[in-house]
Amino acid sequence: MDNLLYWLYQPWPWYVAGPLIGLMVPLMLFVGNRSFGISNNLRHLCAITQPRQVDVDFFKYDWKEHTWSLVFVIGTGLGGFLAGVVFANPEPVALSPAALAMVESWGFAAPADLLVPPELFDPTVRNLTFLFTAGVLVGFGTRYAGGCTSGHAITGLSTLQLASVYAVAGIFAGGLLSSWLLVPLLLQ
Amino acid sequence: MKRYLPYLLAGMAFGFVLVKAEAASWYRIQEMFHFQSFHMFGIMATAIATGLASVQLIRYLGRRRALDGQTIEIPAKPPGRKSYLHGGFIFGLGWGLIGLCPGPVFALVGTGSIGALAVLAGALHGTWLYGALKDKVPH
Repeated sequence: MDNLLYWLYQPWPWYVAGPLIGLMVPLMLFVGNRSFGISNNLRHLCAITQPRQVDVDFFKYDWKEHTWSLVFVIGTGLGGFLAGVVFANPEPVALSPAALAMVESWGFAAPADLLVPPELFDPTVRNLTFLFTAGVLVGFGTRYAGGCTSGHAITGLSTLQLASVYAVAGIFAGGLLSSWLLVPLLLQ
Repeated sequence: MKRYLPYLLAGMAFGFVLVKAEAASWYRIQEMFHFQSFHMFGIMATAIATGLASVQLIRYLGRRRALDGQTIEIPAKPPGRKSYLHGGFIFGLGWGLIGLCPGPVFALVGTGSIGALAVLAGALHGTWLYGALKDKVPH
């Protein structure tokens, strides 16, 4: 019992977390012949809230057929609450020494009690503007590509689809450019 | 309501693992894009290997029914190249900046992060923008 509690509070190694994430693909197929993916929910949320007078065709469909998917991300939020608040890891993220030196060279403090840096996520006007703007890129890009890390990198590559190879190549190229050039430039 | 329960539980498991794996950590994502640790690559590689092996098993077993009675079919993405490359690139730019892709955004919103809520608000506006400009971007 003590052992189980210990595990619930600890961060999980990649060889435990990775297979569990991969199992989402067969689990969704088995439960209801669903394709595992998260970013479609952003479209459903737009479809739910689109005012009558705006009328963009892309959001005119029966979102109620996708209720299962919205229920899934509500669950994701609850799971995040359990793992990040109730069973929060008491230790800071154990970054590699190289990564630690890098974020410190950018002017960020070493990770403390949160998964994300307070320098970027504390609710100041500057931070919220930055997060919102980067969020626009995430939302636009995932819908343009028809999926995100879950739908393309995991479901798409697991089912051997060329489309997802292109998407993952694009995602990684964009991420490298941001992480190597834009982050040091904009956040230092 | 009962038919949605498996999705709620699966979603909870997913959110729990994302946070426990620190895949919802900006620090981990920067570390990954700079190739400074195997952690995130290990997660992606074992997730894909597990998914691939399960899908092959499902194919090998042949026609099977899902819990709700539908026949299980392996989903196929529409053909194309530009939309996947361009869209992926734009998404990657955002992901590299804030270290959150859509799954972790929902998980982190659940922890009460106002910053993650701002990302979600931005992502909804970005999605809407794509819907409005869909016919004007190359596919």
